[in-house]
Amino acid sequence: MTSGTIRAWYLVHKWTSLICTLFLLMLCITGLPLIFHDEIDAVSGEPDQSAVAGAPSSSDGPGLKPLDAMLAKVLATKPGDVPVFMAFDNETPLMTITTAPRPDSKGAEMTIHVLNRATGETTGQETEEGLMHFLLQLHTDMFLGLPGMLFLGLMGFLFFIALVSGTVLYAPFMRKLDFGTLRVSRSERLRQIDYHNLLGIVTLAWMSVVGLTGVINAAATPLRQMWQMGELAEMTRTYKGQPPLPPSRYGSVDKAMAEVRKARPGNNPQFIAFPGGSFSSQHHYAVFLQGTSKLTEHVLTPALVDAEKGVLTDIRQMPWYMVALSYSQPLHFGDYGALPLKILWAILDLFTLYILWTGIRLWLGKRRTSADAHVREVESGGLMAPAE
Amino acid sequence: MTTKSKTGARSLRAVFAAPLLLCVLSLIGLVSALAGDGLADWLSWAALAVPVLAVAWARRRRRV
Repeated sequence: MTSGTIRAWYLVHKWTSLICTLFLLMLCITGLPLIFHDEIDAVSGEPDQSAVAGAPSSSDGPGLKPLDAMLAKVLATKPGDVPVFMAFDNETPLMTITTAPRPDSKGAEMTIHVLNRATGETTGQETEEGLMHFLLQLHTDMFLGLPGMLFLGLMGFLFFIALVSGTVLYAPFMRKLDFGTLRVSRSERLRQIDYHNLLGIVTLAWMSVVGLTGVINAAATPLRQMWQMGELAEMTRTYKGQPPLPPSRYGSVDKAMAEVRKARPGNNPQFIAFPGGSFSSQHHYAVFLQGTSKLTEHVLTPALVDAEKGVLTDIRQMPWYMVALSYSQPLHFGDYGALPLKILWAILDLFTLYILWTGIRLWLGKRRTSADAHVREVESGGLMAPAE
Repeated sequence: MTTKSKTGARSLRAVFAAPLLLCVLSLIGLVSALAGDGLADWLSWAALAVPVLAVAWARRRRRV
């Protein structure tokens, strides 16, 4: 590698890192407790959901109350609201029903009711308060809505470029060094640079996957809109031009669900989106079916049922970009392999924090020296530290 | 990892041998828990633990 090439990659690494580091620090710090979201909720007084007995609410198992009855119960407590979502659980009979003043109300106006489908009772409302919710909001969009989300997505992309450029620089730096070399006793700068490189290279694959899946998750809203305007519009094209179906004419959810189960026996719904919202058309119950194996359960297949007549309109596989979004969620959250995976996720997150920290220290230490001096430092494996 | 040329410099292949192995193991670890439970989970934990153990190893064996 020529000095010119190293210089170019050094500058890419320096600038992409500098721009994204502050935000990445925030993401790593807020992400750390979020890994253990379920465990923290369980000890901090949230109702213990795993102790609820009965068939899973997503199934059609024995003893589960009809969905229409559950919906009627919620609407009776919230007069004037219309249903927007129904979401199910694969372990317990608990489910949620989300209502709002209008079918297309903003998230802030929605109320999430938690119900037990085995007893038919309302167990409470999900609140958007508390420390974990605050951290999640900060981590997702910094309380800035879609622009904040897209901005953090851009920071994630810069982080990925920083990983690529860092890996390129690893080659000339390590030319004369054994893998894993940690020179801790010569100078503080050498110690930091060796830790930065070792942690960076061993965490490279994990950081790339968590970073890029974060970028995809940040693009969830435009991706979903693309699906709604493209595929979904195509699936419901015969309804084009008809006025939106008013909530007073919504038909039976149980009948719609039975139609879907007839067409796709064995698949359980993850959630149902009501007409007029951001996940359905103006005229359909959109039933989002989960796959039947562990590998495919994250990939949802929409089944669209005429909300008035209860007849199935279409079932179609999600397009590739929605499949990518489906897999990006578990791969970013690390919540798909029980507690040991979460612990490894946390350790790798701490490694990332240390990489960011040493990166800042290395930059602060010699930020007035020329790029050429830094190139010599890389070429010499850190032995020729830039002069003051 | 001892393929050194006359100048004492390693080939690109030698520099990236261990990192590449760690990358492959990490990806196996990330994907396998997604594909199944039980054995697939254990494979995931073992594979993703390797990068962490590599750092512990370097701290013991490569500290100078």
